[in-house]
Amino acid sequence: MTEFQDIWTYLSSEPLLWLTATLAAYITGDALYQASGKRAYVNPVLIAVILLALALTITGTRYETYFDGAKFVHFMLGPATVCLAVPLYLNLRQVGKSVIPMLVALIVGPITAIGTALGIAYAFGIRGEVLLSLAPKSVTAPVAMGISESIGGSPTLTAVMVILTGITGAIVCTPLLNALKVTDYRARGFAVGITSHGIGTARAFQVNETAGTFAGVGMGANALATAILVPLVLTLF
Amino acid sequence: MIGHLTVILGFQLLGEVIARALGLPIPGPVLGMVFFLLLLILRPSYANAVKSTTQGLLAHLSLLFVPAGVGVVGHIQTLGSDVGIILLSIIFSTIAAIVASVYAFTLTARIMGQGDD
Repeated sequence: MTEFQDIWTYLSSEPLLWLTATLAAYITGDALYQASGKRAYVNPVLIAVILLALALTITGTRYETYFDGAKFVHFMLGPATVCLAVPLYLNLRQVGKSVIPMLVALIVGPITAIGTALGIAYAFGIRGEVLLSLAPKSVTAPVAMGISESIGGSPTLTAVMVILTGITGAIVCTPLLNALKVTDYRARGFAVGITSHGIGTARAFQVNETAGTFAGVGMGANALATAILVPLVLTLF
Repeated sequence: MIGHLTVILGFQLLGEVIARALGLPIPGPVLGMVFFLLLLILRPSYANAVKSTTQGLLAHLSLLFVPAGVGVVGHIQTLGSDVGIILLSIIFSTIAAIVASVYAFTLTARIMGQGDD
């Protein structure tokens, strides 16, 4: 038994175990997604998160220890954002042609997102810090946390809501937009990027490169749009 | 590939430095993306050269959100007794916002006389 403990002591102090576990959990999630015939509700991120959360609970591992390994994966978000320039460049003409529809969607979308989220929460008696934290939930996490702090919300609470919004959007977008019979992948991608930031963009790239490109543009532009629109919508509450 | 990765990291670094130095509210990587786009406009041949590296990274963009997602599980209790209402609000508003923005886009495109292509 001591031998096992020695090995565990080594593994739990090195980043190798949780880095490998993160990749393995994602590969499992992706394999289930492929096996399901690419059903949107079999979301690889959600599956990987559940598997890892279970693993952390069972082994009694703290999130900080887990993140020591997973931070290498997390770090790649920055370079991946920079990489969005390439599909954007390759589709630049199409994006340029769509500037006006994008601007209209960029006003209507965020106002709907902020207004309905606050409206529902308010109707059910949510007030104060929790309500304010909900306002910027459709924006990419670092920006959303900044907005939350500036309006008197809790950045940590906002981060949780941002991730939940991303996963929700990634799961509902394909069946929802198919049901509405929207075939314009520019519009589909842009709507998902505005609503569900990076997780929605990742989903859009799984479906179609045009959708992914427009989702990336929507995510970036919405960081600015929501920062401007949140204080305006809040005056209603 | 190492060369491409160096260029990508270089642009992120440039974005971070400029965003911080000027106190801009834009995340460094987003600014880095804008600079990278400018480079591609100035040197179009580079886009095809880096494409394999960037496609590899973007194809598995979902993976990169897993560590933050695991962090959320630990914080879900901070939502307290309001968790049900918050979830309802998030699900409904996400659906409403997708529908509103997709129609805002397609109707404007139709008024301007451009369908999808």
